[in-house]
Amino acid sequence: MPHRPGTWPVYGPARATSHAARRRLGETRSDPAPRFDAARSRKFSVTSSKSSGVKPSEQLESVAIRFAGDSGDGMQLTGARFTDETALAGNDLSTFPDFPAEIRAPAGTMAGVSGFQIHFSSNDIHTPADQPDVLIAFNPAALRANVDDVRPGGMVIINIDAFNQKALNRAGYKEDPLPELRDRYQLVKIPFTTLNREALKGLDLSARETDRCKNFFALGLLCWLYGREMEATARWLGGKFKGDVLEGNLRTLRAGHAFGETTELFPVSFVVPAAKIESGTYRNITGNQALAWGIVAAGVQMECDVFLGAYPITPASEVLHEVARYRHFGVKTLQAEDEIAAASATIGAAFGGQLAVTCSSGPGFVLKQEALGLAVMVELPLVAINVQRSGPSTGSPTKTEQGDLLAVLFGRHSDSPLPVIAASTPGDCFHTMLEAFRMAVRYMTPVIVLSDSYLANSSEPWRIPDIDALERQPVEFARPLDVGEFEPYLRDPETLARPWAIPGTPGLEHRIGGLTKQDVTGNVSYDPANHAKMIKLRRSKIDGIAKNLPLLEVDGPDEGELLILGWGSTKGAITAAIEVAREEGLEVSQAHLRHLNPFPSNLGDVLRRFKKVLLPELCNGHLAMLLRSKFLIDIQSLTKIEGLPFKIDELSDAIRKLHAS
Amino acid sequence: MAAEVEVKVSRKDFVSDQDVRWCPGCGDYSILANVQRVLPELGVARENIVFVSGIGCSSRFPYYINTYGFHTIHGRAPAFATGLKATRPELSVWIVTGDGDGLSIGGNHLLHTIRRNVDTQILLFNNQIYGLTKGQYSPTSAVGLKTKSTPQGSIDHPVDPIAFAIGCGATFIARTIDVDAKHMQTVLKRAHEHKGTAFVEILQNCPVFNDGIWDEVQDRKTRTQASLVLEHGKPLVFGGPDQQKGIVFKDGIPNVIDLADGQDPIEAGVVVHDEHPASPSYAGVLATLQRPDFPVPVGVFRAVEKPTYETMLQDQVDHAIAERGRGDLKALLHSGDTWTI
Repeated sequence: MPHRPGTWPVYGPARATSHAARRRLGETRSDPAPRFDAARSRKFSVTSSKSSGVKPSEQLESVAIRFAGDSGDGMQLTGARFTDETALAGNDLSTFPDFPAEIRAPAGTMAGVSGFQIHFSSNDIHTPADQPDVLIAFNPAALRANVDDVRPGGMVIINIDAFNQKALNRAGYKEDPLPELRDRYQLVKIPFTTLNREALKGLDLSARETDRCKNFFALGLLCWLYGREMEATARWLGGKFKGDVLEGNLRTLRAGHAFGETTELFPVSFVVPAAKIESGTYRNITGNQALAWGIVAAGVQMECDVFLGAYPITPASEVLHEVARYRHFGVKTLQAEDEIAAASATIGAAFGGQLAVTCSSGPGFVLKQEALGLAVMVELPLVAINVQRSGPSTGSPTKTEQGDLLAVLFGRHSDSPLPVIAASTPGDCFHTMLEAFRMAVRYMTPVIVLSDSYLANSSEPWRIPDIDALERQPVEFARPLDVGEFEPYLRDPETLARPWAIPGTPGLEHRIGGLTKQDVTGNVSYDPANHAKMIKLRRSKIDGIAKNLPLLEVDGPDEGELLILGWGSTKGAITAAIEVAREEGLEVSQAHLRHLNPFPSNLGDVLRRFKKVLLPELCNGHLAMLLRSKFLIDIQSLTKIEGLPFKIDELSDAIRKLHAS
Repeated sequence: MAAEVEVKVSRKDFVSDQDVRWCPGCGDYSILANVQRVLPELGVARENIVFVSGIGCSSRFPYYINTYGFHTIHGRAPAFATGLKATRPELSVWIVTGDGDGLSIGGNHLLHTIRRNVDTQILLFNNQIYGLTKGQYSPTSAVGLKTKSTPQGSIDHPVDPIAFAIGCGATFIARTIDVDAKHMQTVLKRAHEHKGTAFVEILQNCPVFNDGIWDEVQDRKTRTQASLVLEHGKPLVFGGPDQQKGIVFKDGIPNVIDLADGQDPIEAGVVVHDEHPASPSYAGVLATLQRPDFPVPVGVFRAVEKPTYETMLQDQVDHAIAERGRGDLKALLHSGDTWTI
């Protein structure tokens, strides 16, 4: 749709200097920012623009932007669309959606503020950035909840239409916050609501429908400011809406872009060149999407139908939603009546010869533990995913944590060992699922995959793997038996796995269950010596997996002063903090654990080669406790339990302190 | 549909090599024997039959039958069976549970398996007591029952398994008696033939912890008076040729009437049993018939058709493949927006 020049209001005089320029100068205070007030702005509502359309642009290395508004303002959507455009522009990127548990908290309150941060760069980056350079705040509550996170001197764009006394009160502001902010940031006041309404005049949309489009005006403006294309968004809108709703969103998107071109509020636009990353075909992916695709891919690579049994729970539900879309891969999903039924049905499907998987988060996962104990006992292959969230109990359902490690390792009664694998990046979730299924089938064991809320929702550019190069491991079931007795617990001498004998196979009729099994025959046994033997056999089987695990790799010197060890989703922040430390001349090595049970066989050796080992965890030191008890090494535990991922600064400070001590 | 077998199989083919370990005199022995007698007559290959159970005396059942079997966790057998049947529709899946396993800890799974109409047979052994934990009251125990956990008597109002199944929307509901071999075999065959969840309550005696609760219906001498045999298209009569009685509905309320010698029950207004009405309300009234005012109905309360869960699920898969073609992993990973460096 062509944009109609001359219909955009222009506010001025604009005296904003670019935040990039300020960054170069190292300034922490900004010049007085452009001023207008909402009442005055309406007088200028339609003013002809004399813009030639082309403004100068400045090059930046990286930028972090945070979108913030009410949970009904479409912030996650706006962020996701900007992310896709940024990915297509070839930047490396990392995102962090941060939203409340309430679907729609009371409008305009702090409780309802939803945020989405994107960090994009022409370099390799690992985190969504500690501090945003730009904040777009749709209302006073969004401003209040986020503004102190913004880099000093950064840009704060507010929807001035939403800044009335009532809204300020609702956000808890006792006085107008804007004068004070002008001293700390480049404050840009834009009447998004008014501009959006202007742009959509004449369309058959209700006032409510019209106002719901305003996030796309802001998106259009941001796309102009950072030289993003908008085709993918237009395509996406086309697939989502039709009629005047589609027209309205497209029109306001382009109006926002044109506003950027014409307004004097932004004298320059910015260019963040494409990142130099490994060649290949990329896409943007979140952790939950990658888990779901990993599940589908496992079925293809292992030539076996897939069953997913799950019960809705934040932040794991998207895995069920996504997998349910792929029935044409032969995938069956069951939304069970509860978490227990989800796990139980999954084990039932595994008994029937499916690649079976169940997926939940902490509070739901613990409900599955009894069923998982049975899966350990009957030695059936399946995968149980725990997308960890902040707890205990309901905790902060949308916030991240690594607090379930000890629960998944030891939360079943008695001795019930099983492998645990932790994904470290959104894209890694895909490969983790494939590995988990291969391990489950090879060793006839349930396998636990750990993700967390941060990995689940954040996204990164993901190099699409070459399917033909991925390992194929077709599933093999026990073959029919004409004569003799089938022995369901006769083990493979190398892996100690028992055969996978599925119903429908003549001659293999057998009974399994939770009662203690006699070795080899699998019959019910109360023999004390047999009980001890079976406990040891199951443990030996899981411990033996370490023989085939890759050794733990060390980045940097493989011995020395300081090793930073991590596991799971902290990898990005740790990597970034180590880059900072190394730039400062500090010698630091890094190792990241993927296999939490069993550990890689060289883990103890690696730890002992360093004078100090720092272990950051988003929990109360679960892995640190394990390593101390297993290796008798004085691990330095760095914990954070705020429902948020580590900031780079928090980790680099810890590194500096350890080096100095 | 399970594959047809041509080889002649007999009861002994379904007897496992494990020693049966129920108490002497337990009703479970009779149920086991009848199930083993029925299985060879179903025309299903032994390898295509799976028994799934939970926890409790009844749930030891799979160990004693030489088919595939899965002794799972307390109350969850219906969920395990749902996962199995959903992915392997060709198998004949039997769930064995008890009043504690099925209606207490597993009540939720029983509800949802029945409402989904997963094509399985659910055999619920009702002895109104917890046996394996040595005699606590169960959700079907009568009010006032004194047990180890209720020394002053139970104050829980019991749930009726048939009424529960009706409430869940069961498509096949039946009741039989542990010691009535012929009747049980007929009911089990009907349950197997039914497409959808077949719920069968089996009145079962626990000689150790709750002996004699079903004496009236178990004893051949009193059975004709104490039970009402349901047969489709036949009047609700009981009591034997000498003192025949019938059930009439007056304003929807059931009443017992005496029939004169040779009197036609239908002319006398006795209700004619119908297994297939669209509304479950008739079965609901039957479920309220209890001793001592009424005979205990046995037989098929209700049998109606409804699509089964596993069929609808498979249809979705088939439909998706027909519409979109078999999934292509490479195409999936490259779907949407991608860029090449």
